[in-house]
Amino acid sequence: MNVEPDAVESLSRREMPIGSEDDVVVVRRAVRALAQKRGFNAFASAALTTATSELTRNVWVHARKGIAILEEVADGGRIGVRVTFEDEGPGIVDLERALAGGFSTARTMGLGLSGSRRLVDAFRIDSAVGRGTTVEIVKWKEP
Amino acid sequence: MTIHGVIPILRMGDILLTTVHIELHDAVAEGFQADVLTAIEQRRARGLIVDISGLDVVDSYVARILAETGRMALLMGTQTVLVGMRPEVAATLVRMGYRMEGVYAALDLDEGLALLRRLGRR
Ligand SMILES: Nc1ncnc2c1ncn2[C@@H]1O[C@H](COP(=O)(O)OP(=O)(O)O)[C@@H](O)[C@H]1O
Ligand SMILES: [Mg+2]
Repeated sequence: MNVEPDAVESLSRREMPIGSEDDVVVVRRAVRALAQKRGFNAFASAALTTATSELTRNVWVHARKGIAILEEVADGGRIGVRVTFEDEGPGIVDLERALAGGFSTARTMGLGLSGSRRLVDAFRIDSAVGRGTTVEIVKWKEP
Repeated sequence: MTIHGVIPILRMGDILLTTVHIELHDAVAEGFQADVLTAIEQRRARGLIVDISGLDVVDSYVARILAETGRMALLMGTQTVLVGMRPEVAATLVRMGYRMEGVYAALDLDEGLALLRRLGRR
């Protein structure tokens, strides 16, 4: 068996539906509660919570429904929060452009993907046209 | 659907003061913008102060609504000052690459009023 040196262990897992504008707040509050429980400072907590707000809103606006998976994670000595957003919406046609920032098919800011990427420690996106989009973010607690 | 009157708008002389303390959902945001503009006209307000000290998250969506409101007010000749932005909110907005255009900013209500007085004297 091959154990990755940087394997991330999941300490808790909670799945939340996204299907309305209200869920932007509901998911964001749940993520903030996890960050607070784990003792994140105000800046790290705001960064994670804001990124969550952007990505939950993306699911709602661009895909209409999906889920957010909230996890407390550990990696060696570090503790963090990982949030994964999954939808089966239209997917992103030009991922590079969408990630560059300032591009929007909804005539809004176009800062959700590029901005949230800058706010977290790890950002992974996977999108297939016609099949959906998955975005995973991780924020580690500062030692 | 547009929801009006959720965010109260107070009058202090020729200045309007409003505190955003709840989630600016699409319908609420539109109502808020309309309420502010109507109040500016009715009250002949020369300045608008928006207190956001109660917001612990300002994402690009809320930031856009705030900046838009300021630009709308400006078209009516009214300057907008955002007051009370929390440190972590300011840091987050800048890190995201957001540029808040169309509004002034001040540390708190007193500073905001002083800023509007200075702007009015020019
Ligand atoms: N979950 C998603 N499903 C489909 N398309 C998406 C999704 N998230 C983002 N996009 C696409 O990427 C673009 C950029 O997203 P973002 O940076 O959040 O800006 P905005 O939401 O303001 O348009 C969107 O306009 C949309 O075309
Ligand atoms: Mg977005």
